Amino acid sequence: MPALARYALALGDDALVLSHRFGEWVSRAPQLEEDVALANIGLDLLGQGRSLLTYAGEVEGQGRDEDALAYLREERDYLSCHLVELENGDFAFTIARMLVFSTYQHALYSALSSSTDPMLAAVAAKAVKEVDYHRDHATEWTLRLGDGTDESHHRMQAAVDEVRKYADELFDTAWIPVELLESGAAVDVSALHDGCRRSWESVLECATLSLPEVVPAVGGGRRGVHDVRMGYLLAEMQHLHRSHPGASW
Amino acid sequence: MTPTDDQDRPEVRAEGGHGAVPIEGVPTHAPRRTRDWPLWEVFVRGKRGLSHTHAGSLHAPDATMALRNARDLYTRRSEGVSIWVVPAAQVTASSPDEKDAFFDPAADKAYRHPTFYDIPDEVQHL
Repeated sequence: MPALARYALALGDDALVLSHRFGEWVSRAPQLEEDVALANIGLDLLGQGRSLLTYAGEVEGQGRDEDALAYLREERDYLSCHLVELENGDFAFTIARMLVFSTYQHALYSALSSSTDPMLAAVAAKAVKEVDYHRDHATEWTLRLGDGTDESHHRMQAAVDEVRKYADELFDTAWIPVELLESGAAVDVSALHDGCRRSWESVLECATLSLPEVVPAVGGGRRGVHDVRMGYLLAEMQHLHRSHPGASW
Repeated sequence: MTPTDDQDRPEVRAEGGHGAVPIEGVPTHAPRRTRDWPLWEVFVRGKRGLSHTHAGSLHAPDATMALRNARDLYTRRSEGVSIWVVPAAQVTASSPDEKDAFFDPAADKAYRHPTFYDIPDEVQHL
């Protein structure tokens, strides 16, 4: 697969997999209003995933469309990071992950919107406003849960501690093809880390929470190495299309 | 939930914006998880130059979150450029019992309507 296709695929897989996790909240959120909010955020991510997967398929030139890439790839062919695969856990965990990931995505898409690749730049320019809202939503909830009751504070800090282990993988540049970094098509994500960290810390501080120093999780998502939970996610996401090939409505 | 929770909770009636529906004895809180989230009335301005219009109501823990919930519930199909949220408990509504005295006297006063003027075509929102 060409380097550009692989890059678009990895970014698209992040969005697609996390959109599935948000979809799992539907009918289970603490409030009807929050149910709709989480579904909206999931749909934003699904839209980003569709655009990026479609583009990856076009660049690859093997005739694979978004459905073929989303539903007919095996687990080892998925390039998503581990953070987006993690199970939803409690509401605090979902919020902590949203805060960390949307801050990263906002920095990523802001930089990618001036990519030398016009398609990536266009997708990013549209998506940056969407993830800005996701970041806002996560921020408001982090403030309320962190600076809420003893129970919510405890759960929120525990969630931040867990999510933090998976954050480093987002800023790993090793998997990004050098020619894409040199041509300015891809973003050097390692340069985004310090800004994201400051952003997380400012929110967490207001929420009476802290960003812990942790031993990072092993990672490997960009090489197609995933945790066991990814298999269950893909089974649920792909089974309809695989049972009824070409199903549409 | 302990019994004292219910006793301590201030009495709130669902009256704001609901017009003809009963205004007495309608709980603004579902019995369990929603008990701490008050009801908010949502007003959305559809286009520049038009006024805010009542769009519906929702539950939210505070005004900031109410605005965000309103954005997700009432403007997701590009309906709005501006949103107001108002605590439902702060809306004073006319009572159905007063309907006759309030509204009937206007019914036979046709001269109050601008039906005797020619409205220029250019006037859009009269």
